Amino acid sequence: MKIYLDHASTTPLKKEVLDAMTPYFCQYFENANSLYSGGRQTANAVALARQSVAKNFGCMPNEIYFTSGGSEADTWALKGIALAHKSKGNKIIISQIEHHAILNTAKWLKNNGFEVVELPVDNNGFVSPQKLEELIDDNTILVSVMYVNNEVGTIQPVKELAKICHDHKVLFHSDCVQAVPYLPLNFKELGFDLASISAHKFNGPKGVGALYVRNGVKIDKLILGGAQERSHRGGTTDTPAIVGLAKALELVQDSRDNHNSHVESLRNYFEQLVKEAIPFVHFNGGSPRVGSVSNLAFEFVESEGILMLLDMDGIAVSSGSACASGSLDPSHVLLSMGVPIEVAHGSVRFTFGEENTKEEVEYTVKSLTKIVERLRQMSPLFNLKQGETHNV
Amino acid sequence: MYNNKVLEEFANPQNVGVIENADGVGVVGNATCGDIMKITIKVENDIITDAKFQTFGCTAAIATSSCATKMVIGMTLDQALQLTNEKVVEYLEGLPPQKLHCSVLAEEAIKKAIEDYRSKHQ
Repeated sequence: MKIYLDHASTTPLKKEVLDAMTPYFCQYFENANSLYSGGRQTANAVALARQSVAKNFGCMPNEIYFTSGGSEADTWALKGIALAHKSKGNKIIISQIEHHAILNTAKWLKNNGFEVVELPVDNNGFVSPQKLEELIDDNTILVSVMYVNNEVGTIQPVKELAKICHDHKVLFHSDCVQAVPYLPLNFKELGFDLASISAHKFNGPKGVGALYVRNGVKIDKLILGGAQERSHRGGTTDTPAIVGLAKALELVQDSRDNHNSHVESLRNYFEQLVKEAIPFVHFNGGSPRVGSVSNLAFEFVESEGILMLLDMDGIAVSSGSACASGSLDPSHVLLSMGVPIEVAHGSVRFTFGEENTKEEVEYTVKSLTKIVERLRQMSPLFNLKQGETHNV
Repeated sequence: MYNNKVLEEFANPQNVGVIENADGVGVVGNATCGDIMKITIKVENDIITDAKFQTFGCTAAIATSSCATKMVIGMTLDQALQLTNEKVVEYLEGLPPQKLHCSVLAEEAIKKAIEDYRSKHQ
């Protein structure tokens, strides 16, 4: 059996998306910037894709810039705004629970003379608008807070945050990479000045994303080169990827309500079964959170062992953020939320998707129960705990 | 990232547990770092006749605990003190660079257990 429960990491490409992309690899391969008819044809496909994306995000087509993915969009937003607005101020505010694409770009800016201030989160994983009100000042040029957190799924009060920014004439960017499958996004209504998205999180191809930049917002270029993306982003236009992104977005718009209720019912069933079967578990992330994410921390064990043993049973999950798997530190998100470090070491993220079933949830909980029990038997911490219990 | 030998050792660890009335106990690491290793040994005539482990830690920590205990059983105390983390890594046919510290923990836990035994049997 093969069970995929890591949809926040990436999702399978949909057949309809592949079909939409296919003609643009071999048949209509011409460079979209070429003047001859073949080039005009691919340019037209890109223009239609851009219109469709803009319509789905409630913005103008010329406010959408295609990128190589979410990380490029995030990096561009931060660096591009910081450099274009440095005469106004040098302070940038981000949240503590941002993706590493934001965190590491902010670190780069800090090393290059900008002041970076982090907005804390509460124990449930939420940024406080009131705290932003305290931190924002005349020197602030940009605030960046993600819409949906990638590790615990919490939905941040971005509309309120954007309003505070605008009251102070500060630009607001939101990393919306994890939001697209679950929340309708109307950038104008939300009041965003910039927003990042990535296609592979919603059954589109990997290696393509977009940055929304509201008309009138001045931004420096990140990738220099030719006149692509209205001279804002160099690099030969990736026609099939862009067509795929637009198609995947259309599909997700049409099916979002059904998708949400499906994943949420699976997630709730999963958490209920875990609660019944396994003691000493922390359920991380408060409400509101998106329906697909379950972030659990199992006391007395280390999450990598759980992940590897689940894999041996055919179940794919991630421990904290997969991007952090090269590091030994536990999740910065959980630590920001005040989860004790030894508990954070035992955190596993399960993210459900369209193809998952109730039977898969049941099989997973059975496997998980057995694995956690086995690792606890091996753990000196658990045996210490058992000893304490006996002594009481 | 892990080779098959490491995964096999992790999935089927040997010598899990605690020896009752152990002759030597070694505990290293801490929960904050995400690794704690406890090794207990039985010693007869200066030879390690049994070794068991309990480990809170990652795949590599569990695999190295298992193979370190296997390797020292039957060794004299002096031989066991010569057990280096390189030998543990060699036995496992390599570990990812960021996991090498786990093999150091196994070496240290064995050494501590022997020190503990010797301090009680001077």
